[in-house]
Amino acid sequence: MRFTKLSIILLVVVALIVPTTFAQVPESGEGLTIGFAQVGSESAWRTAFSEAVIAEAEERGINLLFSDGQQRQENQISAIRSFIAQGVDAIILAPVVETGWDEVLQEAADNEIPVVIVDRNVTADRSLWVTRVSSDFVHEGRLAAAWLAQATAGDCAIVELQGTVGSSAALDRQQGFNEVIALFDNMEIVLTQSGDFTRTGGKEVMESFLNTMDPAEICAVWAHNDDMLIGATQAMEEAGVDPGDDILTISVDAIPDIFLAMSEGKANATVELSPNMGGPAFDAVVAYLNGETLPDWVPVAGGIYFPDTAAEEYERRSGGE
Amino acid sequence: MSEMTQPAERGFSLQSLTRNRAFWPIFALLLILLGNRLIAPDFFNIEVVEGRIFGSLIVILIRGAPVVLLSIGMTLVIATKGIDLSVGAVIAISGAVAAVLVSTTDINPILAILISIGVGALCGLWNGILVAYFNIQPIVATLILMVSGRGIAQLITNGQIAIFNDETLAFVGTGVIAGIQFPIYICIAVFVIVMLLVRRTAIGLLIESVGANDRASYYAGIKAAQIKLFAYVASGICAALAGLILTADIKGADANNAGLWLELDAILAVVIGGTSLDGGRFFLGLSVIGALIIQSVETGILQSGLPPTFNLVVKAIVILIVLLLQSDVVRRWISNSVNRLRGQMRGQTA
Repeated sequence: MRFTKLSIILLVVVALIVPTTFAQVPESGEGLTIGFAQVGSESAWRTAFSEAVIAEAEERGINLLFSDGQQRQENQISAIRSFIAQGVDAIILAPVVETGWDEVLQEAADNEIPVVIVDRNVTADRSLWVTRVSSDFVHEGRLAAAWLAQATAGDCAIVELQGTVGSSAALDRQQGFNEVIALFDNMEIVLTQSGDFTRTGGKEVMESFLNTMDPAEICAVWAHNDDMLIGATQAMEEAGVDPGDDILTISVDAIPDIFLAMSEGKANATVELSPNMGGPAFDAVVAYLNGETLPDWVPVAGGIYFPDTAAEEYERRSGGE
Repeated sequence: MSEMTQPAERGFSLQSLTRNRAFWPIFALLLILLGNRLIAPDFFNIEVVEGRIFGSLIVILIRGAPVVLLSIGMTLVIATKGIDLSVGAVIAISGAVAAVLVSTTDINPILAILISIGVGALCGLWNGILVAYFNIQPIVATLILMVSGRGIAQLITNGQIAIFNDETLAFVGTGVIAGIQFPIYICIAVFVIVMLLVRRTAIGLLIESVGANDRASYYAGIKAAQIKLFAYVASGICAALAGLILTADIKGADANNAGLWLELDAILAVVIGGTSLDGGRFFLGLSVIGALIIQSVETGILQSGLPPTFNLVVKAIVILIVLLLQSDVVRRWISNSVNRLRGQMRGQTA
């Protein structure tokens, strides 16, 4: 009895002595108030991203202040200012554009409020933000190529539907994919064009591929996003080619419609562009508040999905329609 | 001057040909098609696969259909000294209306298509009222709908790509009659109807007179406002048809991307066709040729195997050359140097 009393006193003393910032935040982040400045709700993926962050906060007992910037930087800046005024413990920012954040991030720094960047990048000084949590596009490309290499035993003539020329998603996915197929002598990209990340673009480019080349010589189509692939499957069907069978398909994003296509046997696999960035972002906040140093970038990698789970994934992701 | 004093000889027919307005756009189109043929040897091949005619030339007609339609409407608007920047947004709206109607209601798809065309006409009416009755400058008036239109389309589709499975609506984009895809029929029908309207009735003349001088036309008793209204409504309907084709083609209404920047292609097509942005005389057929030129360049680039980073630069250079060919200054310069060359050759043979 005396022993436990003593230990309690000791614990209290230790707790008083130890600086309050150290080891004070529970790992889950429970009890923290965090402001989240989101870009907006311009796409299904963005909406899923917001919902994932909100659900994660609820699960962890974090008090999340959510702001929808409606794709405007000035809305996001005023949201951050209001978070600062409310004295939040940390701010998570999904920036709509890369530039123009220095001033408002400096204000947050002056108030000693850490800022974690998620998704897109910012050009602001490195000292003004804690870390950046975002998808690893290169990894997505590698995973896509790795699946294709396995599915074809490393022997495949590939046509590529690139995203918008110069976009980081297109460049990095291409890089990751090409890294892996370079390991196999018989894997080669025979045709490549940009479909601008749209269905119409993917369909038009695939039509021209099927026109230029004997469809029987194409082993697989690799699209930088699902929308272009869906357009391409329509082009294939109209040309009398069976997508998913005559020509294999692999794409990135995991939007609901690709699961529908997979469940109908028109697509083979999709790599997820993970919208689950809330967890890693909250972890980063907690780690920072607990005095850990963080790397410049925390990559978030998505999994790869196949037709076997497509029907139920479609159900889940399209809101059970 | 020197041209006048030239002896007729065999050069005469060539000269009168090159002075014909239709010569240069058609010449440019043939040149581009030939260029494509050099890059892709089977460019002119046409084959029948599963009862459907395939081949790059057909692809140009099908893929070019939306801009062909837009350019027909745009020609009328530009002839009244106006401009319609909103057609890309109207494409998004009309596509969204049709797709959402057939996917969420039990409405007859034909009715949905008609409603969608009606919405396009309404959009045109809105533009026309702003321009003709409120005297807002056309570029500003149509900019309003250009900016807000995509937002309206997003509201209709809830920001998602609205997909549908209705075969009737899909037929508008991918249906085949007698081996030829439906969008080509739509283009031909619209072209013939508009052509009959403007050349067999007084409307064409009235449009040209309003475009050349709307005040004088007004004093001459022409209801200039109604003529303008007609042009914008026609443009809206053409945009709605283009929107139906694009939406039906991918079985989904993509509010963010459908018809994006196509208003600029349409304006370009009209300019290539030789209709002046100052209004007045207009050339419907040549605008269509202009639209086909743009699509030929795009299809050619896609089949060329060039890295995609070159796409926009190549397109810009080819279009620039086409426009230079049409410039009076450049043409005079070329014809002068041809004449000089001919004079030298004659001197040598003499």
